[in-house]
Amino acid sequence: MLTSMLIFALTLLGALPLALPIAFGRMSKHAPLRMLMQVYISFMRGTPLMLQLLVVYFGPWFILKIPLSNGYRFYAAIIAFVLNYAAYFAEIYRAGIESIPRGQYEAAEVLGYSQGQTFWRIIFPQMVKRILPPVTNEVITLVKDTSLAFSIGVMEMFTMAKQISSAEKSMTALVAAAAFYYVFNAIVAWAMNRFERRLAYYR
Amino acid sequence: MNVLEIESLQKSFDGREVLKDISVSVAEGEVVAVIGPSGSGKSTLLRCATLLETMDGGALRYLGRSAAAPGKDGKTVYADAQTLKEIRSSFGLVFQSFHLFPHYSVLKNIIDAPMCVQKRSREEATKAAMALLSKMGLADRADAYPYQLSGGEQQRVSIARALAMGPKMLFFDEPTSALDPELTGDILRVIQSLAREKMTMLIVTHEMAFARSVADRVIFMAGGVIVEQGRPEDVIDNPQNERTRAFLKKLER
Ligand SMILES: Nc1ncnc2c1ncn2[C@@H]1O[C@H](COP(=O)(O)OP(=O)(O)OP(=O)(O)O)[C@@H](O)[C@H]1O
Ligand SMILES: [Mg+2]
Repeated sequence: MLTSMLIFALTLLGALPLALPIAFGRMSKHAPLRMLMQVYISFMRGTPLMLQLLVVYFGPWFILKIPLSNGYRFYAAIIAFVLNYAAYFAEIYRAGIESIPRGQYEAAEVLGYSQGQTFWRIIFPQMVKRILPPVTNEVITLVKDTSLAFSIGVMEMFTMAKQISSAEKSMTALVAAAAFYYVFNAIVAWAMNRFERRLAYYR
Repeated sequence: MNVLEIESLQKSFDGREVLKDISVSVAEGEVVAVIGPSGSGKSTLLRCATLLETMDGGALRYLGRSAAAPGKDGKTVYADAQTLKEIRSSFGLVFQSFHLFPHYSVLKNIIDAPMCVQKRSREEATKAAMALLSKMGLADRADAYPYQLSGGEQQRVSIARALAMGPKMLFFDEPTSALDPELTGDILRVIQSLAREKMTMLIVTHEMAFARSVADRVIFMAGGVIVEQGRPEDVIDNPQNERTRAFLKKLER
């Protein structure tokens, strides 16, 4: 249970900030950078997360012949989750940034705001408000996706439930796992909803 | 002393020339109204003057200081970033559709730039902002958010926001065009009172009666050139050029 929650928290902690430079790269005037980010995003979104987990976990061994250690499983899972979710978040950020009217930039420019001030003071707060619904969707998907870490043998919630239920030949553990994901998601949805309401002071 | 000097401004979009050799000077305390048919380049002229659009050819100066001048090949070259930053602080721009920052309260909209661009203290900025808001008749709306205001109130806040930076000159691009007719009067009165205080202004407008009453000089633009300019009573009431006459006649109908 703790492992699942840790994968969840660390993924968000890594992917939410990492998505910002990826989104900037994706919108860059610099064509090679833009293309690189585009390929990255389409690859991350176009292939199964489970496959990405396997690549990150087994890659060092197959490609570089670095022996696999048991402790690496967990880190591999976090790396793969962060890389994958950052791609999804980046696309959401990009849509959010592009939806801010041109006039906001122009008003800030004439008032003398620097580019950094314009982004962090004017654009970013408005972007956050606009992207909250799609981000909530991704976050809820992430709660369920954490179960995929079992594919590289991370002992998370789902792996344990499966083992216990086959050992005891009963459904109880699986039902408990379902309840866990459901409650976890309910809490996430509640928290995001509160956040959304906090930003509802303006339109 | 001229606050603004534009010389031989030339601007094209995708190979189509939108401004052809425009020269405009605005003296300190002068109020200039720019009129002309849709697509004649009025907004583009304003956007070039306020550095929102880059000029292809010509020179731009504020208070004698060069923001842009023709380079060796005749194409306009802009001054360095620091110079442009300083020059930017000498003018303000009021947009047709306000462009207030929706996530900031009215007060914050006005004090944010003075605080984070001009590094003034919160107390000082707030005091100045409240004085401006009283002048706009909006002192009791300081804590409201833009969406809670009428269009006319939003436009007055945006004028206060521009004034808070202490500009030497204000530009207006059709400041009343996005407003219901009954709300335009408030804005026009505010601009009129600024004119009485000798604020230097360049105003693009379709309101002929307003242009006539507030402007020292009227410029009529068509097809990217200045067709006619002069005192409002001459240009509006007794136009010499055929195109000016046709334009004004169309408005009357
Ligand atoms: N960013 C742009 N890209 C391409 N063409 C543009 C751009 N901005 C303006 N134009 C064109 O330049 C011409 C002049 O436009 P401008 O907005 O300056 O006219 P205007 O006199 O302000 O008209 P209106 O009274 O309708 O506001 C128009 O033909 C317009 O289509
Ligand atoms: Mg216009």
